[in-house]
Amino acid sequence: MKYDALIIGAGLSGLAAGIRLAMFDRKTLLVEKHVEIGGLNSFYTRKHRTFDVGLHAMTNFSPRGVRSSPLGKLLKQLRIPHEDFRLCEQGVSEIRFPGKSLSFSNEFGLLEQEVAEQFPQQIDGFRRLVEKIRAFDELNLDDHATISSREVVASCVTDPVLMDMIFCPLMYYGNASEGDMDFYQFVIMFKSIFLEGFAKPKGGMPYILNMLKDKFVQLGGEIRMGAPVKAIHTAGEALRAVELEDGEEIEAGCVLSSAGYVETMGLCQPPQADADRHAVGRMSFIESIFVLDREPRDLGFDKSIVFFCTAPRFAYRVPGELIDVTSGVLCAPNNFQYPEPLPEGVLRLTNQASFEHWDRLARSDYRAAKKAERERALNELCKFFPDFRPNVVFLDTFTPKTIRKYTGHLNGAVYGSPHKVKDGVTPVRNLFICGTDQGFLGIIGATLSGISMANRHVLQASRSPIQQAGDVHA
Amino acid sequence: MTSEEVRKSILDIIADIAPDEDLSGIQDEVKLRDQFDLDSMDFLDIVMELRKRFNLEVPEADYPQLVTMSSCVEYLTPRLKDHQPVG
Ligand SMILES: Cc1cc2nc3c(=O)[nH]c(=O)nc-3n(C[C@H](O)[C@H](O)[C@H](O)COP(=O)(O)OP(=O)(O)OC[C@H]3O[C@@H](n4cnc5c(N)ncnc54)[C@H](O)[C@@H]3O)c2cc1C
Repeated sequence: MKYDALIIGAGLSGLAAGIRLAMFDRKTLLVEKHVEIGGLNSFYTRKHRTFDVGLHAMTNFSPRGVRSSPLGKLLKQLRIPHEDFRLCEQGVSEIRFPGKSLSFSNEFGLLEQEVAEQFPQQIDGFRRLVEKIRAFDELNLDDHATISSREVVASCVTDPVLMDMIFCPLMYYGNASEGDMDFYQFVIMFKSIFLEGFAKPKGGMPYILNMLKDKFVQLGGEIRMGAPVKAIHTAGEALRAVELEDGEEIEAGCVLSSAGYVETMGLCQPPQADADRHAVGRMSFIESIFVLDREPRDLGFDKSIVFFCTAPRFAYRVPGELIDVTSGVLCAPNNFQYPEPLPEGVLRLTNQASFEHWDRLARSDYRAAKKAERERALNELCKFFPDFRPNVVFLDTFTPKTIRKYTGHLNGAVYGSPHKVKDGVTPVRNLFICGTDQGFLGIIGATLSGISMANRHVLQASRSPIQQAGDVHA
Repeated sequence: MTSEEVRKSILDIIADIAPDEDLSGIQDEVKLRDQFDLDSMDFLDIVMELRKRFNLEVPEADYPQLVTMSSCVEYLTPRLKDHQPVG
């Protein structure tokens, strides 16, 4: 049996691409190696509790009726009413550095006012930066220029602490590169976090993922779980068949892969020459989830999300040790505006981590290291925040190794390769990349990526590349 | 289909694509893009829906014909004359 399209990966991008194709009667097969859907943003159960793997917050919040925003586009392309996402907005979030704090919310005015108060010398420059950001077309898939964000920001803002404070949330929530950030990606993240904002879906990721999966299946899409792709067989530049782990060969008119660029090239048989030359991502994280015996608010945590740095300067790079405790993200899911309170208090802590260091540990040392590093992170955190350890009733920690194991992303790189393939094209005709390595990151980003790539390479495939150029997002 | 049925079919398609829009006050001579904040992704969907519902391929060169409701009706009526209304 031949499919019009085969999609590798039932993460957000794969599910979204699947919905678009099935909606227009393309015979579509989605194959996922894991037994759960969701990929980098899945969920898991421990001791009768279901935890989201990735979700702190969905970025890009825009209210019902706004159709030109990324969220608005996503909803209309998937034909999902805004209310079905059941989004509950954040309260106030914060960027906390030594001696400085900037609050922000889903009203951009708050951040502007905070910058004016805390950095009065910098506010004009900050406004100039915001103008540049608003004017930039970050979604042009055919713009391959690389612009350094540090240079652009430095041309507007001169205080290094303010610079770091702006970069910190944007890098944590969507930067595959170390040190600097591609300016288009900086603009995407700035808009999605500061100009739009945060929300959480009632019911968490299981709710959203199941809705997407059900929609795909209702539209006639086929999904196979626990079905890893072993090889993508090519003949010259052409795609021949996709082989699953169990040996079955499947023919498809085209393949969209969300497994990552290098990972996908690594599946090609015979091997693709350019596979080794593409940069492999390295930025990964450790995340601990703490279930509390009361609401975070009752322990002095009243913000939705805090991006913090305890050192004088913020560094975003793979640490030279297991984890870097001097910066991180602290998320209090309870401090989102849910219609009724969540059943339990929860705090989530994220720090930068090194896959290499975790991978080197002997099996017997891994568990102990998790515990020790978590403790080290908490000790550092408590320099800035109240100690909540006596109130923890359950906790769990996952590392870059866990991410690698469950999603297959090399190095557990949450944001994939620093070198994005914005048009999704690979050396193999009819094999395209979607999701993380195409370049739209995060929950909303990955979903839009799946939509854009399905539109561009399958639904509009009869159109010439010149006609397609740039209009996917116009 | 008659031109009135074609018009109704297009309205149905737009209602599916833009469920939050109030289509009751539609002006047939005003660009759809301007009335309903439709972008190129939406136009792709209109073309894809025509293909799905009526098996009709609208070539790229003809996209400008879909700019207003009345130009849609004018362009589509002869092409859909042998079709029954759907949906
Ligand atoms: C700890 C953590 C916290 C995060 N927090 C947030 C947040 O708060 N907000 C936010 O917006 N984003 C967050 N993210 C990022 C977000 O989860 C990702 O950007 C997004 O889920 C990426 O989706 P994707 O479809 O591109 O990739 P993936 O989800 O990785 O999908 C790829 C899928 O392909 C499958 N696959 C790989 N290889 C094969 C193969 N050979 N055969 C078959 N299947 C294969 C994988 O199993 C996976 O399911 C977080 C991520 C992590 C890890």
